[in-house]
Amino acid sequence: MPDLSFVFAQSLSGLTAAMFLFLIASGLSLIFGVLRVLNFAHGSFYMLGAYSAYQIVQWLGTGPVSFWVAAFGAAAGVALLGGIVERFLFQRLYGKEELYHLLFTYALVLVLGDVAKVLWGTQQKSLSRPPGLTGALSLFGATIPHYNLFIILLGPAIALGFWFALQRTRAGRFIRAAALDRETLGALGVNVNALYTGVFVLASFLGGLGGALITPMRAIVPGMDTEVIVEAFVVVVIGGLGSFWGTFLGALIYGQVLSFGILFFPRFSIFSIFALMAAVLIIRPWGLLGKPLK
Amino acid sequence: MKTLSRVPWALLVFAAAFFVPAAGSRYYTFLANDVVIWALFATSLNLLVGYTGLVSFGHAAYFGIGAYTTGILMKKVGVPFLLAFPAAGVVAGLFALVFGFFCVRLTRIYFAMLTLAFAQIVWAICFKWNEVTGGEQGMPEIPYPDFGWLERVAAWLPIVGGYRTSDYFYFLTLVLVAVCLWLLRRVVGSPFGRMLTTIRENPERAEFIGVNVRRYELAAFVVAGAFAGLAGGLFGIFNRGVFPDFAYWTKSSEVLIMTLLGGMGTFIGPALGALALIWLNQQIVSYTQYWPFILGTILIVLLFVFPGGIAGAVESAARRLRRRRQVA
Repeated sequence: MPDLSFVFAQSLSGLTAAMFLFLIASGLSLIFGVLRVLNFAHGSFYMLGAYSAYQIVQWLGTGPVSFWVAAFGAAAGVALLGGIVERFLFQRLYGKEELYHLLFTYALVLVLGDVAKVLWGTQQKSLSRPPGLTGALSLFGATIPHYNLFIILLGPAIALGFWFALQRTRAGRFIRAAALDRETLGALGVNVNALYTGVFVLASFLGGLGGALITPMRAIVPGMDTEVIVEAFVVVVIGGLGSFWGTFLGALIYGQVLSFGILFFPRFSIFSIFALMAAVLIIRPWGLLGKPLK
Repeated sequence: MKTLSRVPWALLVFAAAFFVPAAGSRYYTFLANDVVIWALFATSLNLLVGYTGLVSFGHAAYFGIGAYTTGILMKKVGVPFLLAFPAAGVVAGLFALVFGFFCVRLTRIYFAMLTLAFAQIVWAICFKWNEVTGGEQGMPEIPYPDFGWLERVAAWLPIVGGYRTSDYFYFLTLVLVAVCLWLLRRVVGSPFGRMLTTIRENPERAEFIGVNVRRYELAAFVVAGAFAGLAGGLFGIFNRGVFPDFAYWTKSSEVLIMTLLGGMGTFIGPALGALALIWLNQQIVSYTQYWPFILGTILIVLLFVFPGGIAGAVESAARRLRRRRQVA
């Protein structure tokens, strides 16, 4: 039996991974919940967020706030791109078969992946941790970098903010209504198309932010898009496609299974993740906290 | 038009394909071999997506399983190709039976997600199980089938002799894929195939008239998986190695794109898609390394302008032409 501080450190590292995935997967889940579309390009938005953040830091230099400016600037840029794609291309495919949605978002993966290669090359890039969060904390014999702690706190903060916005604001009510019945909402005089664009922009923002914030912890490389999108799929499937708290739970489970899987069965940690995804789909296709689709 | 449709096109193409090694270079034989194998892979997927209306996002799993089966049997066990090739179809078919049993219980997006999950499981196992699959490094140097007898026979004949082993493998692939495509054609045209189309058009109605929809879908899944496995078995030898990314999810979307590009509504569409995509790739990679960018752009144009693919576009053009003649 490994000692407790080691287990603690391992579970915290799982928690950090979980909160990152939550950030990314919540956007994916939002798009699915409202638009009923699985967006493969969400991983590309994440990748573009990472590269843009790197680029902005290159322009600004390493000032005290440049990392934060870069992170939010990158997320805003990605959100704008998401809005353009939805408004001018994706909106024409609504009402067609799901296969067309999947293939369109996959086409975006191909195009954006190469755009990133043209702009930033294939060499791996990285950013250092922002000033103020470079230290580490000792807790129960485990060392936790401040930056990880920040991410662990940011995840629930975003989750709560999100939940509040969905439950208590007018726009949130419209989004929940659109998820239930698009036609009725349109008949009541709500501009559903604009709402969809808004949802896409918000989701892309979250994807881009996730990518930007992960730069101090993981290398920025081509291929990070197709890798993360599968992880995000696993998370939303486990929690329940379109279910907000389900995504949170899915991310937590994913993080713990992965970090302890690596510890005990290093060979089969990836396998166990996909096996879990398959098991959930077989037993409860709508996920742990989701509701069955009609 | 009528005289055109009376020509046995399939036989002509099949016969013409035999002259590729003699007429073209070694490189063209390589390309033709690639096209032929992918044509089988894409056609097997079309049985699911085009005929049954099941969008699988994990068809590469069965391709990969077939490739590993033939590869392991031939390289590590030393089984002759004659047994190792059908084994690819059988093993892939068995896996498709197990995975499909669960998949056909789900509908639409959940079906696609579960096929993806199973394919990723296959990929993860191939990626990590070093002792059997070679892990991340894959399994290089899969031997060619033994063509000794063929070469000895060919030495007696004046015209057919003097080919390389890769040429013989191309001929073998051609014959085997032709047989597989003929079999798939029979499946599609049979009452079973018609029932699959009925299920695609209206599963509720099919259920009402007493059809066990799930069982039909599972049968289609197994047949498609088995033929994908056979394609994989050939591809491993052709590629001179089997690697985990044969089963990775991006492979599944590649074959979906091929199917869509060629046209899902028709039998020949996916094969045309394989030809078009591989030819285009070969044309473009000599100019630019950004093939995915071009492919993505083609795909977007296709989705917005020609959702029926090549075969669909040709068909509607022919229909327009016929109508104009009737008017005149």
